[in-house]
Formats: sequence, C-alpha cells, structure tokens
Amino acid sequence: MADAVLDGAVTPASKSAAAHGRRHGAGRWLILGLVTLGLLATLFPFFLTVINAIKTSAEYASNGPLALPRGIDLVQILKFWDLSDYSRKLLNSVIISGCVAVFGVILSTLNAYAIGIGKVKGSRAILVILLLGIMVPQESIVYPLYYMAKSVGIYDTQLAVIIVFAVIQSAFGTYLLSSVLASFPREIIEAADIDGANRWQVLWFVVIPVLRPTLMVIGTFFFIWTWNEFLIPLVLLVSNNNQTVSLAMGLTRGQNLSDPVLQAAASLLGIAPTIIFFLIFQRTLTRGVAVGSVK
Amino acid sequence: MAAADGTYAKHRRGYYFYLVPGVIGFTVIVLIPQIANFVLSFTAWKGVGTPRWIGIQNYQKLLADDQFWGSMIHTLMFIISMTIIPVAIGVVLASLLFDYVRDQFGERVANIFRAGFYLPQILPITTAGVLWGWILSPVGVANIVLKAIGLGALAQNWIGDATYALPAVSLMIVWIQVGYCLVVFMAGLSRIDPSLYEAAQLDGAGWWQRLLSITIPMLAPEIFVVILTTLIAALKLFAPVFVLTAGGPDNATMVPSYLTYYHFFTTQRVGYAAAIAVVQMILTVGLAVIFLRLQARQQATE
Repeated sequence: MADAVLDGAVTPASKSAAAHGRRHGAGRWLILGLVTLGLLATLFPFFLTVINAIKTSAEYASNGPLALPRGIDLVQILKFWDLSDYSRKLLNSVIISGCVAVFGVILSTLNAYAIGIGKVKGSRAILVILLLGIMVPQESIVYPLYYMAKSVGIYDTQLAVIIVFAVIQSAFGTYLLSSVLASFPREIIEAADIDGANRWQVLWFVVIPVLRPTLMVIGTFFFIWTWNEFLIPLVLLVSNNNQTVSLAMGLTRGQNLSDPVLQAAASLLGIAPTIIFFLIFQRTLTRGVAVGSVK
Repeated sequence: MAAADGTYAKHRRGYYFYLVPGVIGFTVIVLIPQIANFVLSFTAWKGVGTPRWIGIQNYQKLLADDQFWGSMIHTLMFIISMTIIPVAIGVVLASLLFDYVRDQFGERVANIFRAGFYLPQILPITTAGVLWGWILSPVGVANIVLKAIGLGALAQNWIGDATYALPAVSLMIVWIQVGYCLVVFMAGLSRIDPSLYEAAQLDGAGWWQRLLSITIPMLAPEIFVVILTTLIAALKLFAPVFVLTAGGPDNATMVPSYLTYYHFFTTQRVGYAAAIAVVQMILTVGLAVIFLRLQARQQATE
C-alpha cells in the first residue's frame, strides 16, 4: 500500500522531468521544424506570385502554377504596368502617403505639445474624443466627406485625400506623442524658459530634437497606413489619373484579368513596394507596432 | 500666490494656440461628418435635392432587413478569423519562438521568423485580395494542388460558391492577422521575468504547463488589447470582401461595411446607408468605451 502511494507520487514527476529533458535535446529540432513549416506556409503565396509572374503564359498553361519558371519573362509584368498605368499610380501613392506623413506628424506634434507639455484644460477629454475618432468606422464619415469634397470643389483631387488622412492619422499620433511628452523632464523646459526662450523656440529647439526618433517612427506608420488605405480613396478618387496603387489593386477584379500570369504579375507589382518598405523599415515597424497598440 | 496662479493660468492658455489646426481639422473631417451622418440616418435622401425627414423609419426597416441581419451574422463569423484563431495561433507561436527558438537558436533566428510571419500584415489588403483571388479561383493554385495530391474531388469554386466563400475569405484573413498578434505577444513576452520560467522549469513544468500557468496570465494585457482592436477591426471589415467577393455570391459574405457602401453609392439610399453606419458606429464606440474603461482599471491595479 505504502509502495503504491510512493509509486503514484514519484513516477509522474520523474516521467515529466525525463520528457522535459528529451524535449530540450531532439525536441528542439522538432519544434524548429514545425515553426519553419508554418513560416513556409505563410510565405508560400508570396513564392507562388513571384515564380508565376515571371513565366510566359504558354509555360503556365503547360506546366501549371507549381512548376519553377524556366527563365525570367517580364512580358506580363510590363503588360500590367502599362494596363494599369503603374508609374502614375506609384507616383500618386508616394505623393499622397508622403504628404500625409509630413502633415500628419506636424499636426500630431502641435497637438501633443499643447496636451503633453502645456497640459491644457480638457486634455483628457480631447484624447478620448481623438481615440474614439480613430476607432469609429470610416463608413460613418465617408458620405459626408464625399459630399463636402464635391461642394468645395476638391472632389477627385489628391488634396482631398491628403487632408482627410493627415487629420485622421494625426489622431493616433497625438495620442501616442502626448503620452510620450507627458513624461518629458520639466526641468529642461523650465531652464529654457528662464533663458528667455518662447514657447515656439522651446518646441523647435528643445522638444522636437528629443522627439525626432519617435517622429520618424510615427511618420513611417502614417506613410504605410495611408499607402494601404482603401475605402476613402475609393470614394474620393474616381479618375484613373489620381488613383493609388492600393486602389488600382482593389479595382483589378472588375477588369477581368483572365490570364492567370497577368494576375500573378498584378499581385507582384502590388507586393513589391511593400517588400521594399519592409526591408527598409523592418525594425521600426515590428518594434513600433508593439508600442502603438499597447500604449 | 494669487498673482502666481494668474501667470500660470496665462502661461497655460498660450498653449491652446497649438491646438488650433488640429481642432479645426478634426472638427471638419471627423466630428461634422459624424454628426451629419447621424442626422442623415433619420432622412430619406437620394444624394441630390433636400433630404426628407422620416424619423426612425430607416431603423425600423433595418430591423426587418434580412440582408442587414445576414451581414451581422457574417460579422460574428468573421470574428473567428479576425480574432479567435489568430490570437490562439499567435500565443502558441510567440511562446514557441520566444521559449525555444530564441533560447536554442538565438535572437536573430527568432527575429527572422517574426518578420516572416508579419509580412502579410503590412501588405495592402487589396493586394492580398488579388493574390488570394488568383489562388482560390476555380482554375487557381488551390484546386491544382488538391488535384496534384489526389484530392481533386475536394476542388471547389472557393469564392464563387455560397457555401465556401465565407471560409475562403476567412482563410485569407487568418493569414493576414497572425502576424499582428505574434508581434504584439512577442513584445509582451520580453517583459516577463525569466526567473518565473526557470522556477517553473525546476518544478518540472513542461512547455504546455508553462504556457497555461505563466505565459497566458502574464500576457493578459496584450491579449486583451489584441482582442479588442481586432474585434473593432472585424466590425469594420470591408476591403477583403470588396476585393474578393463584393458581398456575394448571393450575399454569402455580405458585411455591414459593404452593405453601407452599396446603399450609399449603388442604390443611392443615403439615409438608409447612414442608419447602418450609425449602428456600426455605436457598436464600435461601445467596444471602445469598454476597452478604455478596462484599460484604465488595469493601469490602476498595476
């Protein structure tokens, strides 16, 4: 009886310890293998796009989408480039996203200076309103914006989209920067005050230099978010000449790209700019997301 | 004292100037349109002429609209692919990458994995839509692969068949969402005290036990943030549906955002569309308020 109890008490513990030890040995390779498999599955669609976008249509028809390409054929890529006026779309996206990044950061900084450093009355209420402003669906403002843009005469201009997104994005920027500036050392500002610097000089020569890395992160976010935006550009930009890359992608379904290689080429051209940003901003992005969502 | 207070108040007032551009912008671009949309939801309007006040009739119609209720049910189903599955995968994956891969193979390897899983998240959703539309088309890669491995009988018209369209769109959404959860959870894991794990390891706790008794409780704040942000995103889901299915086939993937867009710009029933948008807004604000409350409480207890 005593033996049985002893057995019952000891065996499971030693068993799991042994299992644990094994896991650290061969198990670690098993886990690495599983995680790698998951990664390959995630990246597989990207791989498919690349290998098929550079095939000829005949090659796709005879060998199917899984076969590796025999060479690099850019015909379909160039065809979609022409078909969608891709150079124009790229330029439009860069202009719109770039302007939003710059104006959004300026707006956010000014707001956050008043809220975080100035601690003006009603700061907390302003932040709550801003936060609700970012969270509510764009559907509930899109029609009035469409109507307003039409009545002011900026409908179907990039200016309209830039203004709208600079303001919408700055809500998030204000929220983030205000919490950063709330812990800004007061002594530095008081010292500048005593030296006779006015508020503008404090902002320009003291606060902004310290904030610069954060402003870069926020600007990068604004750029990429705006690049990816769909609904508001869809509604505000009707003419082909003003549209962005994301919008052109979203509208390809209507264009009936019957050739699968042409579809792969379209995906590749949609993916390419993102991959380039990703390589440039990888660290900023992955670090920044965590900051942005947990703050 | 009174004089000092006075100059301080004056000093603070000077900062209001810096709020002027932001406040004007936010009022014109967000607040006024929001209010206008709310008012429009009580009118019948075709987008031209004068809106006609009809009280709560739009909302009454909404309650009897099968298309609307269908879209709400689909939203609940998209919560599975926007929130539930990605959070579950994200926690397990983050913990595996953090515990095993980073420990045994180094920080660099773990970072490569993280970056790879995150890649779909930064793609424009419309591009993801073109890509998946191509994979899932009747003659697309998905069916070709099924045939190649001898499961040709399972091949379907994935996005063109009302039975499979919603799961097919969901598959793409999971692919997009896992990276977001993973990155946030891995950032969270780095603030957990490693000695907790070491103690658990000495006690003979396996990986699974540590996941349940240490990782998940310690990650609670991050899990909470991710659940709420993805729930809100699920309520606004638009681009994947627009690009892949346009709400079809036969309304099988209709969601509130697409229904709103459809009535605003296709049927021109602006008042009715505004009412749907108001319902969506109220649900979102409700979730956001719960979020802010709980976050404040959490910060208070920390």
